[in-house]
Amino acid sequence: MIEIPGKTIAEKILSAHSGTDARAGDIVIADVDFVMGQDGTTPLAIRALADMGVVELFDAGKVAVVMDHSCPSPVEGVSELHTMMREFGKRTGAKVYDVGDGVCHQLIPEQGHVVPGDLVVGCDSHTCTYGALNVFSTGVGSTDGAAAMAAGKLWFKVPETIKITLSGELPPGVFSKDVILAIAGELGADGATYQALEFAGPAIDAMSVEARMTVSNMAIEVGAKAGLMRADAKTLAWYEGRSEREPAPVDPDADAAYVRELELDVSGLEPQIAAPHQVDNVSPLVEFEGTPIQQGVIGTCTNGRLEDLGIAASMLSGRRVHPDARLIVAPASRRIYLDAMAAGYIQTLVEAGAAVVTPGCGPCVGTHNGVPSDGENVISTANRNFRGRMGNSEAFIYLASPAAVAASVIEGRIADPRTYFE
Amino acid sequence: MSAIQARAFKYGDDINTDYIISGKHKFKSADMAAMAVHAMEDLDPDYHAKVSREGGFLVAGKNFGMGSSREQAPLVLIHSDTRAVLAKSFARIFYRNAINTGLPVVECDTDLIDDGDELDLDLAAGYLKNVTKGTDIPVKPLPSVMAQLLEEGGLAAHFRKHGGFNI
Ligand code: SF4
Repeated sequence: MIEIPGKTIAEKILSAHSGTDARAGDIVIADVDFVMGQDGTTPLAIRALADMGVVELFDAGKVAVVMDHSCPSPVEGVSELHTMMREFGKRTGAKVYDVGDGVCHQLIPEQGHVVPGDLVVGCDSHTCTYGALNVFSTGVGSTDGAAAMAAGKLWFKVPETIKITLSGELPPGVFSKDVILAIAGELGADGATYQALEFAGPAIDAMSVEARMTVSNMAIEVGAKAGLMRADAKTLAWYEGRSEREPAPVDPDADAAYVRELELDVSGLEPQIAAPHQVDNVSPLVEFEGTPIQQGVIGTCTNGRLEDLGIAASMLSGRRVHPDARLIVAPASRRIYLDAMAAGYIQTLVEAGAAVVTPGCGPCVGTHNGVPSDGENVISTANRNFRGRMGNSEAFIYLASPAAVAASVIEGRIADPRTYFE
Repeated sequence: MSAIQARAFKYGDDINTDYIISGKHKFKSADMAAMAVHAMEDLDPDYHAKVSREGGFLVAGKNFGMGSSREQAPLVLIHSDTRAVLAKSFARIFYRNAINTGLPVVECDTDLIDDGDELDLDLAAGYLKNVTKGTDIPVKPLPSVMAQLLEEGGLAAHFRKHGGFNI
């Protein structure tokens, strides 16, 4: 007799949403629970809807558009696109997030639009972030997003899954960002193309929900379609009061079939750094210690959450940003901004010399808010360091944890954060 | 889809969407023709000028189109008169976006193609010939859903035609 193996989280969520017995490799048409677009992608989705001859959304309550990438608008062209998004919201009833609300990947889960077990698409590659919350969420382009907004469904190829088990306990000064950077270095930029990642193990269990989101956020940096985790008590507690919908957590079967299994003991992990101009160009941070830094960035959908601002504030408390460096902080949402103010983090960071900018993408994608100049070195908590990413192709971007960015702007050079946690 | 003949313009591995169209341009407008002059500019400032002269194939190594979900990436390539992208492998979102917007993408062994080679591509027949070298290059067929979408002129055209998904 042939044994039929169990299913991964991806296979289960896609089965439930397509009404089929979905297995890796199958192509299914599945119902989506939510569709999101941001200001770089929504205008093209609006245009695609017009091209399709679609006037009404499948369910306006399940669509949101977010102005975050270039907001507040730095130039007329962007202002026009923002106006187009606001009008789209008025015309269709889609939820609009405007100046200062925050970055899409924080808002969609934070505002309770998604719950465990959901299938979500977003017109932004880092939509995979909500995998940390047991949501199968994946990035699509504007036309796919428009089709999902119109029909409430989309076609998917059911991905194979790579299981990554993280054991051990993170040493002081080493964070979830270092874990995912190490994994990106190990797997490479196309190590999981067309596949999903499933993260598990005691080191994941020990992480806060915020820290887990940092991990899932970067699944796309190895080409993965999703970066999934189970929902545990912490996840469910995090959802309390955010959504009226019932979470429907999805666990993988014990005998699920994985295409590959990796194990990493994080106990011996050092702070990691991705050097220019590739995210998988990862080494232990100490190899770059001493490299002069002109700009530090703490924020983005990877590391702009309360915990991240708290770590930076604790390190910068009573210290100052080095005179040769500057620090830009972008809280990931209005709510985080308010919570960080209440906790005193914003006060501390500003006193230490940081410039706090509007909640949103900040300088991540090079449209405004801190474009570096030629030859400058930037250390950032973001997820991408491609050449030209921050608006100048002659600048150099290093990616690291919020603690590493804080240590580096204090010292004006790439610095090991562990000395601040002794 | 009928056969396409054009010259190959060859680049390397892991070409990300920031190279194809940088964020600093992407967000400013929805006018793809105007934006197309910046296609690939951080890798090759002359890309648009070279390819738009007579059309061409963009040939690359592995993992073409990694990075963001920006559909501006295939659109600026189309507006630069890129007839198809040929690569050893593609990043997932770019691959879908290309098909959805009507840009043919071909997985094949691009080591068999040099910059400047004349190529002859017939996607429907699954046929790629390097005319300069006189060799046939095997191509990996598109999944049938994608072949259908490309044939119908992209996803928006598919929707217009069928009033929704019909795959
Ligand atoms: S913060 Fe950066 S990576 Fe995240 S959504 Fe915004 S631009 Fe993209």
